[in-house]
Amino acid sequence: MALSYVLEPAVSGFNFENSTRNIVLENGSEEGKIKAPKPMKTGTTIAGVVYKDGVVLGADTRATSDEVVADKMCAKIHYIAPNIYCCGAGTAADTEKTTDMLSSNLTIFSMNSGRNPRVVMAVNILQDMLFRYRGMIGAHLILGGVDCTGSHLYTVGPYGSIDKVPYLAMGSGKLPAMGILEDRFKGNMDLEEAKALVSDAIHAGIMSDLGSGNNIDLCVITKEGVDYIRPHRESIYNYKRQAKYKYKPGTTPVLTKTVNQLELELVHETVQMMETAGSS
Amino acid sequence: MNTRGLRSQLKDSVPVTGLCPQAGPYGVQDSLRRGFSSVKNELLPSHPLELSEKNFQLNQDKMNFNTLRNIQGLHAPLKLQMEYRAARQIQRLPFLPSSNLALDTLRGSDDTIGFEDILNDPVQSEMMGDPHIMTEYKLGVL
Repeated sequence: MALSYVLEPAVSGFNFENSTRNIVLENGSEEGKIKAPKPMKTGTTIAGVVYKDGVVLGADTRATSDEVVADKMCAKIHYIAPNIYCCGAGTAADTEKTTDMLSSNLTIFSMNSGRNPRVVMAVNILQDMLFRYRGMIGAHLILGGVDCTGSHLYTVGPYGSIDKVPYLAMGSGKLPAMGILEDRFKGNMDLEEAKALVSDAIHAGIMSDLGSGNNIDLCVITKEGVDYIRPHRESIYNYKRQAKYKYKPGTTPVLTKTVNQLELELVHETVQMMETAGSS
Repeated sequence: MNTRGLRSQLKDSVPVTGLCPQAGPYGVQDSLRRGFSSVKNELLPSHPLELSEKNFQLNQDKMNFNTLRNIQGLHAPLKLQMEYRAARQIQRLPFLPSSNLALDTLRGSDDTIGFEDILNDPVQSEMMGDPHIMTEYKLGVL
């Protein structure tokens, strides 16, 4: 509406003012069709496994934007609480923001109640949040953590569906990763076995999927604490820069130089004594 | 948070406000105050989430009150609604952003963070309504 004044105050939250304009732009006339820019996806392989003493989460580190690798060292394992970590696949911004908000909510809860949050609480908050937006927030998450009731591994889909399983893979590379997990998973593995299994599953995803690549990050969560191994295995195709790209001073010749004196007028001068902390 | 007692609500339909055109006091389009309208804009929301987001708080409250009524009897939602009405009246002048602290505490949303706290915070809005016109509109004088 073309009005020169506002009658009601603005509402907080998502703003849908531009959606009509976007629809008009996308379905424009034949010459005027404009495609919306694609968001950066993580095009990922993420996996998680419950072992004897806790949970091992793994992720690759490539973020893609259409057909270009946007980030080679993307951190896909996000901190939620001291005992809960979350791997995110899907739209990079959505997973970042959603896990950030989840982490803030859980911190407020811990401060209120004085307890470490449980993994089910994180899962329920995520489920409510994602279902409210009917899948528009493209976040496919794997949550893993150890709390007073034991070690848990959950997956939350973008529409709010959850699943609680002992081993999981998500992302565009989940099919090859699931193959490795289905083949070699056993209950009650020990730490080295579990780390090798997750690492191999992510490696299978990296080899067989275009959207996953570069290094492998691992995160081991136990009752005692968290071990965030970044990177666990580096890609053998990492190249080191051959030369420096900085220009030496004096590379650009100076043609002319003019100096303009700025006339400053001292208007007001105050002196404030600083209290230096003396020894007492 | 969401209540899970949805099965009892299945037979009631929650009416959705926002589908009718912006009616003025006589039920017709108020061109003087709201400008021109187009039927296409009014009838269908352009984004699937627009309507559900606009009425989200209302629908949540209705659902919670209904469940509370089914569990504890009529008195519980009545008492709570009285408190909500009282808290809703504590506002600043129409053109200034109010914190709604009492309402937030009653709802329990003072210790949760959602998208409505991060995006489009009215405290940080760059536009301000004209104080005179907004107060006149609020008082019904305009």
